[in-house]
Amino acid sequence: MNLVWWLYLSVLLFTIGGITVLVRRNAIIVFMGVELMLNATNLAFVTFARINGDVEGQVIALFVMLVAAAEVVVGLAIIMSIFRTRRSASVDDASLLQY
Amino acid sequence: MSLHAAVQPAADGVAAAAEGGVQTGAWLLVALPLLGAAVLLVGGRRTDRFGHWLAVGLSWAAFVWGALLFLDLQGLPAEERARDLHLFSWVPAGSFSADAGLLLDPLSVAFVLLITFVGSLIHVYSVAYMEHDADRRRFFAYLNLFVAAMLLLVLADSYLLLYVGWEGVGLASYLLIGFWNHNPSYAAAAKKAFVANRVGDFGLSVAIMIMFATFGTVSFSGVLGNADKAGEGVLTAMGLMLLLGACGKSAQFPLQSWLGDAMAGPTPVSALIHAATMVTAGVYLVVRSGPIYEGAPNAALVVVIVGAVTLLFGAIVGCAKDDIKKALAASTMSQIGYMMLAAGLGPIGYAFAIFHLLTHGFFKAGMFLGAGSVMHGMNDSVDMRRFGRLSGAMKITWLTFACGWLAILGVPPFSGFWSKDKIIEAAFVGDGWRPWVFGTAALVGAGVTAFYMSRLFFMTFHGQRRWPKDAHPHESPPLMTVPIIVLALGSAGLGAVLGVSDALVHWLEPVTGAHDEADPVLSVPVITISTLVLVVLGAGLAWRMYWATPVPEVAPRGSLLTQAARRDLLQDDVNEALLMRPGQYLTRSLVFVDNRGVDGAVGGLAAFVGGLAGRTRRLQTGFVRSYSAAMVAGVVLLLSGVLAVRI
Repeated sequence: MNLVWWLYLSVLLFTIGGITVLVRRNAIIVFMGVELMLNATNLAFVTFARINGDVEGQVIALFVMLVAAAEVVVGLAIIMSIFRTRRSASVDDASLLQY
Repeated sequence: MSLHAAVQPAADGVAAAAEGGVQTGAWLLVALPLLGAAVLLVGGRRTDRFGHWLAVGLSWAAFVWGALLFLDLQGLPAEERARDLHLFSWVPAGSFSADAGLLLDPLSVAFVLLITFVGSLIHVYSVAYMEHDADRRRFFAYLNLFVAAMLLLVLADSYLLLYVGWEGVGLASYLLIGFWNHNPSYAAAAKKAFVANRVGDFGLSVAIMIMFATFGTVSFSGVLGNADKAGEGVLTAMGLMLLLGACGKSAQFPLQSWLGDAMAGPTPVSALIHAATMVTAGVYLVVRSGPIYEGAPNAALVVVIVGAVTLLFGAIVGCAKDDIKKALAASTMSQIGYMMLAAGLGPIGYAFAIFHLLTHGFFKAGMFLGAGSVMHGMNDSVDMRRFGRLSGAMKITWLTFACGWLAILGVPPFSGFWSKDKIIEAAFVGDGWRPWVFGTAALVGAGVTAFYMSRLFFMTFHGQRRWPKDAHPHESPPLMTVPIIVLALGSAGLGAVLGVSDALVHWLEPVTGAHDEADPVLSVPVITISTLVLVVLGAGLAWRMYWATPVPEVAPRGSLLTQAARRDLLQDDVNEALLMRPGQYLTRSLVFVDNRGVDGAVGGLAAFVGGLAGRTRRLQTGFVRSYSAAMVAGVVLLLSGVLAVRI
């Protein structure tokens, strides 16, 4: 089985995640897109580990998952706190830091 | 130009001052008046009650010391009469060192006596003249400052210390001309005097620089002792620059425009500074630098030409002035022209220049003080057209003024006859065209001098009364008349004392060199008689026009020459057109360039940065999505850059 296909899948998932971040208005959906991008990179790392025949890629993927978990905790906490004060989860509404 | 001197100076040839005597205390001459100035300026109003007497006392003390110094030097044989009093090491700067010291020799002591004696008399006069002025103490502080600076000038043993005194008298002159500085025209006159002097000072400083470059030293013994070793070109440059300095200080052509306006100062100032002493500093400089001029005949010729031009210039201007002080100022300019002419003629003329300087100091100061006395009696008016027949109302002033008048005319046996005639004789010595041109100029000048001085005398003291309604002319108090009497006695007798048996010439010989006896192209009796004839003609013409004929109270229009002479022969207009207006245009254009150009560039840069910032801040939209889009674009750019390089 040609492992390059996994890389194409990874690129596809990354692109979908990126577009999600750029296009969607709901903060939680944007977060989902970020998670999708992280998982796409994880897939790429593991595939390269398989291609090269060592476990370095898998170790890095483990780290990425760890960081993603921590980031999710913090990010969701921020979104929850913004939602509680502003009653809106749209990223467009949080635009006070402008000129 | 390398710092090593082009000429190696010989060892110092002047003996040191004698210990324990008058000579070692010669610094007191400068220190005492300077102390007076300091006390009066620092003490302020507290010294108002006694300030003037303190100044008078210190000035007389300086005279006493100067007299003791003169007697001390007289007791020495002629070859040993030059003594150098080393004061302190002033500029020890490696290869250049300048020491501050005083040179006590016949020339400087002669000047010291003139300055302190006439100066002290004028101090006494000022006590009464400035009696009603609330700032009298400040006036005396400045007078003492002037005396100290002038004494430093004539006693200095190096050109650098002389320059200090030179600047000091310029400062004192500025302060005193603009003494009543609440009047803007007086303050402007003071500024004009200072600026004209500054042009001259530039010449003197350039001369000192040339001296340093050539000789490596600026002391008199170093420069003058080695002047014969330097090239003629260098000496000519030095001589011309020194002449520029002398022209500024002595109001010679072309820097003479300030002297008439300097009459804005109180009359004692005009008498002391602008008649007897400061304006003679230029002549002192030229005579002291004799060895330089002897090595540069072209520069000496320029000195003679400047003197001749100025003496005629001053004489013509003096004929048209109705302001008594301005006429006397023009006369001063003219007489100093005589001194410059004599000084430029070389060793035959130096002693006569100094002789005329000393007699001029007496009779001109006497006449200025007399004019002050007249002004005092006529409510400070200076317009001679409103004087007339004051001889009856102010007898002492009239008689003393007459002594000065006869002296300046050169009527024997008054002092001017002895000194001026010698100058005219010396002017007639030489080869080719020179004696004829310069001798005739001096002779004609004598005639014109006789005319305008007689005009002044007759318009003031004779003719009919043209007084204003509220004038009550009266004689001045004794504190004013006694100094004038003393000066009149000097005007009458000093010439005989110094001239008989050539006493002054022999006294000055160690400094000016032996007086070589050369014969003038016209014989001496012819010269003397033609001078006297011209003087009588001049005085007679003035009698005809200003005593026998009524003098109009309003000045008539007069010929073109008269109108030009009233405007100082258009010197002010020439200065304005040649120097002032171009200078103004230059400064205005520079200000324009600074405002529009430089400020525009700086302001424009600031505006540009501001505009750029204004446009850039619009990127801060606050929208998270546009920020993420920017990040994506940036990453894409970066990656394509990296890939482009690798592939």
